[in-house]
Amino acid sequence: MKDDSGIFAGLIAIFALCSVTAVGSATSTVPEMHRQVVDLRGWIDDHTFSELFAIAQASPGPNVVFVALLGHYIAGIPGALVALTAMCLPSCTIAYCTARLIDRFRHARWRIIAQAGLVPITIGLVASSALVLARAADRGVATALVTAGSFALCYWTRVSPLIALALAAVLGLTGVV
Amino acid sequence: MLTKEEQPAPPAAAPPAAFPTPLQLLITFATISACSFGGVLAWARRIIVQERGWLSPEEFNEQFALCQVLPGGNILNFAVMYGCRCAGVIGSFAAVLGLLGPPVALMLVAGMLYRRYGDLPALHSVFASLAAAAAGLLIATAVQMVAASIKGRLRLHHAVAGLTFVTVGVLRWPLIWVLAVIVPLGIALAWWERK
Repeated sequence: MKDDSGIFAGLIAIFALCSVTAVGSATSTVPEMHRQVVDLRGWIDDHTFSELFAIAQASPGPNVVFVALLGHYIAGIPGALVALTAMCLPSCTIAYCTARLIDRFRHARWRIIAQAGLVPITIGLVASSALVLARAADRGVATALVTAGSFALCYWTRVSPLIALALAAVLGLTGVV
Repeated sequence: MLTKEEQPAPPAAAPPAAFPTPLQLLITFATISACSFGGVLAWARRIIVQERGWLSPEEFNEQFALCQVLPGGNILNFAVMYGCRCAGVIGSFAAVLGLLGPPVALMLVAGMLYRRYGDLPALHSVFASLAAAAAGLLIATAVQMVAASIKGRLRLHHAVAGLTFVTVGVLRWPLIWVLAVIVPLGIALAWWERK
């Protein structure tokens, strides 16, 4: 744990920015979180980042709780709460205000166009997250095969993604990976 | 998404009386969250539409589509907006608290265990393997999104997706600057394509 008092200000700055730029889902800001906490500030190393993301993926609940896990690793329970609040408060405030205004704009042409214009950006961001995490998780042939296998299982079959995660855990536990 | 057999149970109730209370929101969203292995959307839909009958399938889609335009997690936005519709600001707080409470408690426990035992070799290889699988899952999601979007024909807006991927994913440019350019570009293109 770091004792730098600026760390909370840093967490707030990073996640408040991610909150308002998370187009489509919290996962779309994973590359930015990685850039900030791994590349720029060096609070977490690459492997730990990908492992924490995996823990969050394997747990129930919205993707955004990954932020609590990151914050916890960086600065304990206060870090978790600060990071999660910074991540949720701005976007929730926007959602709340929108809910208040919404009926006026439901059929507005600009809303439909704006929504359509954001869709490809969301797709590009999710693909970026996938690339960043695949690189961070890559430790050689075995992990690359697990990534490929998990992709195949999730893409070509209709089994729950949890099956892929459970199989991977078993492979890790038995020392295959 | 919509199928015929999913008509909500209580059609007769007067709308104001049918709105759940903040306590009901808290409990329901906590239930959704605690159940939701492998994606919250499916569980939110199942519990709110099929089990509770609080929204019709059409209403649910309409509300959810809106949540996707706004920044932040879809489900989080859904909790805020649906909570607001039912019980104002208290409703929003209750729904968000319910949604985040169980997984955050779990994350804190997991975080402590990871800090204490994460260095054990056996556990380390479990996490390494899990991380690789989680990456595969996300790649699958990304490919599914790309495939659903292209549907056999490439259009100009797919260049926006490609550009976003190259700048953010490959080149690792700061998100805020990329979005500052690409969001107006994407919206301008959507306007042009619909002219």
